[in-house]
Amino acid sequence: MSERLASRPRSRREPDRPRRVRIDPDWIRRNGVYVALALLLVINIAITDNFVSDATLRLQLIQVTPVLIVALGMALVIGTQGIDLSVGAVMALAAALIPLYIGYGTAVAITIAVLAGGISGALAGTLVARVGVQPIIATLGIMVAGRGVANLFGGEIKSIRDPGVVALGSGSLLGVPYVVVIAAVVAATTWFLVRRSTFGRQLVAIGGNKRAAELAGLPVRRVLLTTYVLCGLLAALAGVLLAARSQASDPTKVGLLVELSAITAVVLGGTPLSGGQVRIAGTIAGALLMQLITATLIFHDIPDSTAQIAQAVIVVAAVYVQLGRRKARS
Amino acid sequence: MTTTVAGAPAGSGGGARVARLAQRQGALVILVAAVLAATFAFDSFGTAGNLENIALQASFLAVVALGMTFVIMSGGIDLSVGSVFALGGVLAAWGSRYGTLAALLVPLVVCGAIGLVQGLVIARGGLPPFIVTLAGLLFARGLLLLISDEGARTYKVPPDSAFRELAQGSLLGVGYPVWIVLAAFGLGGLVLHRSSYGSTVLAIGGQEDAADLMGLPVLRTKVIAYTTCGVLAGFGGLLMASYTSSGVTVLGVGMELEVISAVVLGGTLLTGGAGTVLGSLVGVLLLQVIRNVINQVGSLNSNWQAVISGAILLVVVTAQRWLAKVEGR
Repeated sequence: MSERLASRPRSRREPDRPRRVRIDPDWIRRNGVYVALALLLVINIAITDNFVSDATLRLQLIQVTPVLIVALGMALVIGTQGIDLSVGAVMALAAALIPLYIGYGTAVAITIAVLAGGISGALAGTLVARVGVQPIIATLGIMVAGRGVANLFGGEIKSIRDPGVVALGSGSLLGVPYVVVIAAVVAATTWFLVRRSTFGRQLVAIGGNKRAAELAGLPVRRVLLTTYVLCGLLAALAGVLLAARSQASDPTKVGLLVELSAITAVVLGGTPLSGGQVRIAGTIAGALLMQLITATLIFHDIPDSTAQIAQAVIVVAAVYVQLGRRKARS
Repeated sequence: MTTTVAGAPAGSGGGARVARLAQRQGALVILVAAVLAATFAFDSFGTAGNLENIALQASFLAVVALGMTFVIMSGGIDLSVGSVFALGGVLAAWGSRYGTLAALLVPLVVCGAIGLVQGLVIARGGLPPFIVTLAGLLFARGLLLLISDEGARTYKVPPDSAFRELAQGSLLGVGYPVWIVLAAFGLGGLVLHRSSYGSTVLAIGGQEDAADLMGLPVLRTKVIAYTTCGVLAGFGGLLMASYTSSGVTVLGVGMELEVISAVVLGGTLLTGGAGTVLGSLVGVLLLQVIRNVINQVGSLNSNWQAVISGAILLVVVTAQRWLAKVEGR
């Protein structure tokens, strides 16, 4: 009798018990990118010599900045259910423009380079928002043409000796490299845009259901256009920073396959390709995770071939885990 | 709008009919115009030798574009074809030292297997084709590097190998690859437009849920489409290896986008459900003619080719959209 009484409350509490015993799978799915990042950090701290050092940390952060900045712009575009394949070409174009206009001063050259990204973004945005061309095709056309234009402007590799640009690439503020500071500012701004501004709410609403957003009277075309312009500006900024750091512009190499790394970072970070959601923190973690995977493989002299195969498997596994979450919700 | 493009004659007036024709055959109109203009502009363009050269150069891309047409028409996309193309070439060159049969079978089996796995993951796992085939791109390139000692080694086809004949031989003055492409596209056209498999592909691309409810074999059709695409991409690389007598590891970078451009130029909708096999061939030829014309103009360097190809792609898709709107009215 007393046993039965005692057992009853316990059976009522039973739905809660699994939580204490094992980790909620949905939590892992939601935060998989952070878990993976933390795991990889711990593994590296344990097995990689000299991993925990100022120099290593700095180098990793500097190296991730171009992809991270591009990925933040990409996250906005993907949030609208779009995609931007032109970012790599835009990076190359921006980098190619710097040596061309450096004669007019550092600020002018950088402004022109970044604005070129904005113009390219405006073209993509117009094609997507006004003409109704699919984002993948519109930006594919710009990607093909843009790389050609970058090559026409840039020609072969040109070195950049301008002190202002060199300082941008290698200087630092209170010990933190400028490029990292800039990436942090961009990340904070995009987070604010998505989470705290009307523009961000409209963007997410359009990505969730464009037709509904239109019926609700949202300025769909303007928001789409702005999103692609922002993505173009950020890609160009990334190109400028890359050129500044390497003190050279090589239009055939700059930004090659960046579009794919950026998309992967965004998707790993939990932003669905189907739009309607933008996860900035996840995107940052996604970019860092990719960087750390590459770095880990390099630290341990694992050849390129194995590294690429590993990346392929990681990408599919990450998306598979995410998909599980979406199915569970619906 | 997609459904009207797909077939049902919705427009009533003659304007709509012209619009529909131009929308479907826009690339063909541009191709004919470009060929005519180039023939008048350059004495060396219209020669039989040059035209045969264009056809031969286009054949490698055309083979890959045929597979891509099926995938895109089913509403998917395959970004892995460039890597798979390169992998196929390296495997063929590697296999040619063990005989012609090995040179043919090894790449087709491996590349087909990559396509099969991608198709299974996409169809069964329900993962987005974009991501899966992006991973496939990395995977195939990794495999390629693994085989070629991290890209440091280029396999050569032995000089006495019969495998060289496949792309270097010719019939009636026209290279074998051109005949192969004609046969492949003829067969592809029959399958897509005259077989039940083809109508299932189109149905899935038009509306997957509806096709599923109708009891069509959605999973199997998709898996077959991606497998075929992998086999054809590998076959394209194999042809290239036979043509150049070596397996070049750096080939195929960015090829996926060139192939997608060609298919879209040919009037296939990227959302799936509409398009023709012939259109893709026209798209490939258009890209190749642009390349050839730019080579003829000595003062233009090859970067113009990218600029003009990209611009034409944008103009054609913009025109397609506008014409679709005209037709919709």
